[in-house]
Amino acid sequence: MEIQKKLLKNDSLDKLFAQLKSAGKIIIAPVRKGDQTYFCRVESASEIDFDYIQTVKSAKEIVFPRIEKLFDYKIEQDSQKISETDLEKFSEIVLFGIHPCDIIAFRALKTVFTWDYTDNYFIARQNKLTIIGLSCAKHDEYCFCTTMGIDPGETAGSDILFTKLSTGDFLAEIVTEKGKTIVDIGTELFLPDPVVNKLDYITKVPLLFEVKELSKKLENMFESPVWDEMSLRCLGCGACAYVCPVCSCFDIQDEGKIYSGCRYRCWDSCGFGQFTLHTSGHNPREEQFQRWRQRIMHKFLYQPDRQQVMGCVGCGRCSRACPVDMNILEHLLSLTI
Amino acid sequence: MRDNIYKPYLMRIEKITSEAPEVKTFQLKFINEDEGKNFSFKAGQFAEYSAMGEGECTFCIASSPTRMDFIECTFRRAGKVTTALIGLNEGDIIGFRGPYGNIFPIDDWKGKNLLFIAGGIALPPMRCVIWNCLDLRNNFKDVTIVYGARTVADLVYKHELKEWQERTDVKLIITVDPGGETPDWKGEIGFVPTVLDKIAPSSENTIAIVCGPPIMIKYTFPVLEKYKFKAEDIFTTLENRMKCGFGKCGRCNVGKYFVCKDGPVFTYAQLKSLPAEY
Ligand SMILES: Cc1cc2nc3c(=O)[nH]c(=O)nc-3n(C[C@H](O)[C@H](O)[C@H](O)COP(=O)(O)OP(=O)(O)OC[C@H]3O[C@@H](n4cnc5c(N)ncnc54)[C@H](O)[C@@H]3O)c2cc1C
Ligand code: SF4
Ligand code: FES
Repeated sequence: MEIQKKLLKNDSLDKLFAQLKSAGKIIIAPVRKGDQTYFCRVESASEIDFDYIQTVKSAKEIVFPRIEKLFDYKIEQDSQKISETDLEKFSEIVLFGIHPCDIIAFRALKTVFTWDYTDNYFIARQNKLTIIGLSCAKHDEYCFCTTMGIDPGETAGSDILFTKLSTGDFLAEIVTEKGKTIVDIGTELFLPDPVVNKLDYITKVPLLFEVKELSKKLENMFESPVWDEMSLRCLGCGACAYVCPVCSCFDIQDEGKIYSGCRYRCWDSCGFGQFTLHTSGHNPREEQFQRWRQRIMHKFLYQPDRQQVMGCVGCGRCSRACPVDMNILEHLLSLTI
Repeated sequence: MRDNIYKPYLMRIEKITSEAPEVKTFQLKFINEDEGKNFSFKAGQFAEYSAMGEGECTFCIASSPTRMDFIECTFRRAGKVTTALIGLNEGDIIGFRGPYGNIFPIDDWKGKNLLFIAGGIALPPMRCVIWNCLDLRNNFKDVTIVYGARTVADLVYKHELKEWQERTDVKLIITVDPGGETPDWKGEIGFVPTVLDKIAPSSENTIAIVCGPPIMIKYTFPVLEKYKFKAEDIFTTLENRMKCGFGKCGRCNVGKYFVCKDGPVFTYAQLKSLPAEY
């Protein structure tokens, strides 16, 4: 559908939220806590941090929770039952104020979770999700979205994209049918196109290298000594994967007894030594440098090659979160020269 | 495909065979007969078997797709899940999901000689394809099986080895590692690559299928190359740690290939082009 432009007054936001809530939707938005911002459930617009650069954790939990129960089981000799979560019961969520890089990250996740085998937990959660994005007015030295091919005012992936104007009001670009249903809920709040130059309100993030060239270079870099040098200080703590909006590696575990319990899938990380450890003690990725290499190769070579999506959106979270200042952007830059 | 890709079929253990110390074969039957009727797989594929409450682990399907009355798996006690499985009894129920992975391209092998080389507990993945080929025996020329284990006690499928031994259309060579023989042992003594070298296999119109521990594979490939086997005609299977079995959990990859999706069957030619992440 063609993008429609509307104006939403700053003071209409609470009215919109009230209407969304009475339509049974939960609103999740960036909320400032001390000097950090997190995606949290909100009731009113006053709770929202509109000026944040990036949240500490991504919003992937909404579609890919840290722990997702897959089923309960009850096994007896003469009666066996596997009972599954009712996918219809997942809440309708409006994710408000998420930036374009994170929105594109949902696409990468979807590619993984639908690659030949469709993970219906993911899909059901995604179907219940409406995204009202917020284009970026600011960035910091960790951001490199444009290098990953994402514009800080990108509409793709949003159902509606908001851009904050100097008046404090919002330009609302309605991108999808799902976005239109939100407008339909609060029709009278959406005023005619304010006719502004959107670019004036969007930060300019420098393009730092050609990502296709990087992928090409990585093809021949498996045996390179750079991985060892780069990862010397990596602790293998997994914080980078935890905050990453694209990382989707998981583990499957049981909790319970042989006759009753449940099975769940939970976040895991290729940075952990046990991730690939065989029972025999053999480990194909025994050293931290092999695991760091896997992280970079997977995101910038394997994923684009196998799934036609980049495994990174340039949000910079991993670099901000790393306890020993591993900076992915620095590494990528050094790989491209 | 099932609605919930993580949901296992429930299977009843119909029969348990003790193959060797800490190695058992389970004969499994679908509790829901319709699920059993709709289930199909091909030689080379694997599945996730679960001892409920303990978790899942990966074994190949060791029975042949030409014999669909049962699904069989043979496994060695290794860690958590296999320890739980080995303690189960006939009649107990386990979870099973699959089949996953690629297949041995046996349709392409028509009219060729087949040379199977297996070591230790790696006979199970091979047994599936061996029976599959023997059940279609007319499609192939000479069938040779070289199988080695550490000791006589460690040989699995002892009754089937006997059956293959007695067949005139199969050449079976069994070997045990030096020191692993019993006083009345009549087979070969020596490591698989050494014994293979001794029988000097012809590569003429022949496909070699090699499964075994990494060390055996490592020393077997050069012997096959010595006898001019082409790398594309040598097949093997990889075992990387797995969880999902369908290309999502992220741990089984070798370079850009997922062992669970692109494998577990690879040719030696493919392995040569891959990083050694297995
Ligand atoms: C394609 C394939 C086919 C296999 N076929 C057989 C077979 O026919 N018979 C057999 O005895 N074994 C087979 N294995 C190895 C078998 O999967 C492991 O021995 C088993 O998973 C160990 O599980 P555990 O819970 O007892 O050990 P733990 O160490 O307690 O396991 C912890 C986790 O690690 C995983 N894991 C550990 N080692 C391996 C390994 N080598 N390969 C894969 N996953 C591992 C397990 O799945 C489990 O989730 C196969 C492996 C693969 C990948
Ligand atoms: S956050 Fe830093 S230290 Fe931890 S695994 Fe990632 S790169 Fe290594
Ligand atoms: S086993 Fe999960 S990706 Fe291969």
